[in-house]
This record gives sequence, C-alpha cells and structure tokens, in this order.
Amino acid sequence: MKNYEVTFIVDPVLSGDEIKATAQTYVDHLTKVGCTIVHVDEMGLQQLAYPINKRTSGVYYCIEFSSETGELIGNLELSLYRDERVMRFLTVSLDKFGVKYNKDKREGKIGSVKKKEKKASKSARPQEKERAPKSEAPVKEAPVKAEAPAKVEAPVAEAPKAEEEE
Amino acid sequence: MASRDDIKFLSNPNIGQKRQKYCRFRKFGIKYIDYKDPDFLLQFVNEQGKVLPRRITGNSLKYQRKVATAVKRSRHLAMMPYVTDLLK
Repeated sequence: MKNYEVTFIVDPVLSGDEIKATAQTYVDHLTKVGCTIVHVDEMGLQQLAYPINKRTSGVYYCIEFSSETGELIGNLELSLYRDERVMRFLTVSLDKFGVKYNKDKREGKIGSVKKKEKKASKSARPQEKERAPKSEAPVKEAPVKAEAPAKVEAPVAEAPKAEEEE
Repeated sequence: MASRDDIKFLSNPNIGQKRQKYCRFRKFGIKYIDYKDPDFLLQFVNEQGKVLPRRITGNSLKYQRKVATAVKRSRHLAMMPYVTDLLK
C-alpha cells in the first residue's frame, strides 16, 4: 500500500461547475482504477507566483489517495498532460510522516500548533528578556562599575610608572 | 570629558560572541516539510527566491535536502517564484 498525492492547477477561466467537474473526473478515474481516496482538498483560487499560459491565477486541487500498485500513476499523469483544463500538476509519493502531517492538518492540529508555537515562543522570549535584565542587570552592572574602572585605571597607572622607572 | 564610570569597555564585548545555530526541524520535531505551504518555505529563501545555504539557516543536512526539494516542488506549482527581486 502506497500513498500518493496529486496537486493540480485548473484553468480559472472555466465556470465554477466546469472546474468542479474537472476535479471530479480525476477522483472518478482514481476510484475506477481501484484506489481509495483519502481526501480531496479544494485549495481554491490562488494567485500564481509567475504566469502560466498567460494566466496569473489558478484553482488548486489536491487529491490524496492510496493504492496497491504504482502502475496507475503513468496513466493518471498522461491524462493530466492531455487535459487542456489542467495548467500544471505534480504527483508525489508520501512517506509515513507526510501521511501523518496531512491527517493532522485536516484535523486542524497543524495550523493551531504552529500558531501556538509562535505565540509561545514570542510570549516566552519577552518574558525571558524581561526577567533577564531585572535579575541579571543590577547584579552585572554593579560589579562592572566597580571593577571596570579599576581595571582600566590600574594599567594606566602602572604603565607610566614602568616607563618612568626605565 | 566623560567620567571613568561611563567607560566600561573599550570595545563592545558582544561583538565576538557567536550565537549557537541549531536545526529547527530537529529541535521542534518537524518530520515533514509541506511544499504547499509557501509562507513557511519563505524562511529558507533569500530575496531573489534562492535557497539559503545551511551555513545560514543552520539546518541539518537531512532537513536541508528536504527543504530544497520542497522549495523546488512549490516552484513547479507556481506557489513560489523561480526568479524575482524583492520577494520579502
């Protein structure tokens, strides 16, 4: 049993129904061949980073599926190539971490976890910063003030003496 | 004239200190890098959209390779640009 993921960009000029139909053809195609569809992700209309076929936006679809053999991938890609409605596609085989990641993402764990991490780190850092200077600063500054001038003065005071002696 | 109390160090003592680099994937236990998440991948790319070296990001070799493939995949899907200026 292998897990795959096919992402493709559908031409946005088509009507909404046609776009959905395009995605549905590939879902049907996969189920016909004997794959189990895990999830169909409609990522919606997105701006492209660079123009493809003179289009600056596209409708993204991502189908995650699992199959016993990898033989169907060739046929799937061939039909995607031939389809004029599909601007770009990418098929990827997922490892166990990828499967887990997608599962977590669907359940909404990933997004929230990331935000929490960021928030936690952001909130943790200021606290550390706040704590650090309060506790350390007075301790650090006091000896520095006391010691540093003494250190600076000492060589200055000694140096001329040495020169004078010589 | 500045008094002697104001002069603590002749040079900034923090200049020579190196901040310890670490691999964020190892540290936070991230095992899979999603190519469909361009906002995340933007951290590993410079202004022109080139992949940053390990020397700067601090990634371990294993995850640097994964980052690189993820960036390439997301470029293919037009989620990230191949070449630009002022990406960030």
